Amino acid sequence: MFATEEVAELASNPWIYDNIWLIPALPAASFVLILFFGKRLPYKGAEIGVTAVLAGFVLALIATFTWIGDIEGVEEGEGEGEHALAADIQLAAEEGAEGGHGAARGAPIVNETEWFGIGTDANQVTLGTAGAEEAVAEESAGRGEGFSIPIGTLVDGQSVMLLFVVTFISSLVHIYSTDYVDGDRRYTHYFAFLSLFTASMLFMVLASSTLQLIVGWELVGVCSFVLIGHWWEEKPNSDAAVKAFLTNRVGDIGLLVGMSILYFAADRSFSIPRINEMAVSGAIGKSTLTIAAVCLMAAVMSKSGQFILHTWLPDAMAGPTPVSALIHAATMVVAGVYLIGRLYPVFYVGFGISGGTLNLMAFLGGLTTVGGGLLAFVQRDIKKVLAYSTVSQLGYMVLALGVGAYTAGMFHLFTHAFFKACLFLGAGSVSHACHHSFDMKADMGGLRKYMPKTFWTFIIGTAALAGIPPLAGFWSKDEILVGAGVFPGTGGNGTFTIPFIFGMITAGLTAAYMTRAVWLTFFGEYRGHAHPHESGPRITTPLIILAFMAVVVGFLNMPTGFVDTLGLPSGWAHRFEEWVEPSGIASFVGADNGFTHAEPSLLLAILASAVALLSGFIVWRYYQALYAKDPKATEYTDGIASNNALAAAGHRVLEEKYYLDHLYTDVVAGGTKGPVARLAYWLNQNVLDGIVDGAAKLSVAVGRFAYRFIDQGVVDRAVDSSGLSALASGGFLRRIQTGQVREYAALMFGAAAVLAAVFIFAV
Amino acid sequence: MFLNQFLFLAAALFCIGIYGVLARRNGVLVLMSIELILNSVNINLVAFGAYHGHIAGQVFALFVIAVAAAEVGVGLAIVLLIYRNRRSIDVAEANLLKG
Repeated sequence: MFATEEVAELASNPWIYDNIWLIPALPAASFVLILFFGKRLPYKGAEIGVTAVLAGFVLALIATFTWIGDIEGVEEGEGEGEHALAADIQLAAEEGAEGGHGAARGAPIVNETEWFGIGTDANQVTLGTAGAEEAVAEESAGRGEGFSIPIGTLVDGQSVMLLFVVTFISSLVHIYSTDYVDGDRRYTHYFAFLSLFTASMLFMVLASSTLQLIVGWELVGVCSFVLIGHWWEEKPNSDAAVKAFLTNRVGDIGLLVGMSILYFAADRSFSIPRINEMAVSGAIGKSTLTIAAVCLMAAVMSKSGQFILHTWLPDAMAGPTPVSALIHAATMVVAGVYLIGRLYPVFYVGFGISGGTLNLMAFLGGLTTVGGGLLAFVQRDIKKVLAYSTVSQLGYMVLALGVGAYTAGMFHLFTHAFFKACLFLGAGSVSHACHHSFDMKADMGGLRKYMPKTFWTFIIGTAALAGIPPLAGFWSKDEILVGAGVFPGTGGNGTFTIPFIFGMITAGLTAAYMTRAVWLTFFGEYRGHAHPHESGPRITTPLIILAFMAVVVGFLNMPTGFVDTLGLPSGWAHRFEEWVEPSGIASFVGADNGFTHAEPSLLLAILASAVALLSGFIVWRYYQALYAKDPKATEYTDGIASNNALAAAGHRVLEEKYYLDHLYTDVVAGGTKGPVARLAYWLNQNVLDGIVDGAAKLSVAVGRFAYRFIDQGVVDRAVDSSGLSALASGGFLRRIQTGQVREYAALMFGAAAVLAAVFIFAV
Repeated sequence: MFLNQFLFLAAALFCIGIYGVLARRNGVLVLMSIELILNSVNINLVAFGAYHGHIAGQVFALFVIAVAAAEVGVGLAIVLLIYRNRRSIDVAEANLLKG
């Protein structure tokens, strides 16, 4: 689409910033085109979707490089004449970035135009005719009665990062889908909504106002509903779709309330930079921010699968696997984390993260990360293992943001996207080979021999997820643990002991449950009845690309100490931080709010990796011992869970998913629907029926009256008399109708004579 | 003076025609009376045309002659059919439309 010369030219030109709206517009247009013309095209509309998303990816790439170029350019400009300054800036960024560096580096670029106005134009026109002075007075009074809502794009480090991730993952998912859902009965429909899903997420990412963010947020929810319920003919699938949608609605209430609070608190403004600025400067009171942040947390909990609203996420596995990859890696679930990052000052100030020890966000994240990790142990379904792993990792991100490690949270979002997409697409490839089953215990095992490409990419994804150095997950997870500020010598924004412990537990859990999943799927003997085979190139190529990314993206944010030890150029350290941090928190980094970056610790990195490796090793030994006993076994029949009552109870709690689904369906829904139904029945019998009966009786009485007096008296009489009068006049007129032509002629001539007389004498 | 004579002639013809239409019972004679009426009008048209030195009068007269020819054709056909059905062409007897 764009020649390389153009790219080079654009690097100095912010054309892409002004036209960044094209990135969501392309897949949105593709949605409409596929819907209308898809079925008639040779590839059933898939070609439009793939082209549009790839074009969007190219544009996102241009935007990314433009943004990076801008930031590097600013740095070089500042460091003119003295090379040491570039390193100084990094140092300053690490140590809290006091001074004006933060403000000088790429501030958010906002492009807005009026979306719709309420009473603005119309008011001014009418007032203008009445008197121009009044109009001016109205305008100078500010918001007066009318106000306008802008729509626009907000380009900063965070949104550019997400643009890259979303378009990248979405492109691969589109390509993968052309093979995976090939021959599906709603193939065209599937691609249309895949495009719309991507467009909605991109629209949300680029939102410059909270209102726009809400619109994008809801669009993402609708698309996930459609795609999760793609095979809606089977009841569990449509149930899962409805569950996802309704659970999200619960959180949406929090979103609407929170955004409304911020709107009024920020002096009636939806603008995200403005809200952030006011939150930092203290223009909005701390208690207001706290309430708003708690409300927004509800939205984050539902969208990003945090305890206790995470239950929809594993059920969402009912959708096609590429959709799961898209939902879990790039769209939908990261929307909640993105929302926190977008309005980070609100949360930071509202929850008092600076110097704190525990807050709602960090605690919820910690709870989610451990709770999700534990649930991943008892799943038979490979996709559900990955789903709970996503829940757990999202908890990690929220935890990171909760302890003030903004960059670490965003970095984990970034790295997680690649290896989680890799794992999901790998799981899809496995199921493609095993008769579309996802049951690890019944239909898998020993698959490494049959599908080596899928196996190796899955292993890389697993290692990255488990945080094995030097893969991507290691760097981001380490940064989060460092950010908790508990470990000696790390600094950080406070001392978040409990979240830190949660994080360490999860580091071990992740490695353990992923080892279990890998063993059950790829090692041991094959237990299924299909003939497993490696998938085609349209499935394996995305896997290889994603595995490659899962290896390399972690190096984007290496700590300074590591870079120095290896003797790499010092400019290689903390690249991600440099690029992404000048974002919604640009003004924030420079401001004196106690926001600091934690100091990395080599000891902590070794410790966390050791925990991960050790727990993975234990699980490995467990399954090796099992294999030695019986090659086809998947669990000990006389293990601890069957012999020890306490362990059995614990296992049962996990299998029942902490009874949360029971709580929602039986206690909450069941408890309310009985009384509500009784009340509704009572109301129906006594109030509604009374009204209906009364209305019926009244209408009968009115009918009788109308029959007796109006119908019989007035209407019938009128009808009768009109008939009679017609008869009478007819009887008179028939005498004229003699049938004699000559008489007619006489009448005609007589009339002509009269007319002639009138002409002659009267005119 | 020049015009009046024509007008008197036309008026006389017109009155004879009307008398014929109203008084005669023979269908053919009624049609002939109608011809008289039309021709009286033709005389008027031509007379006024000559008086004003304008060709339009003669043109309209030609039109009327053409229409009269058609009218007589249709009228005679009707009279012929009435005769076939009733063995009589008395218009007073043809009163099927009597109310």
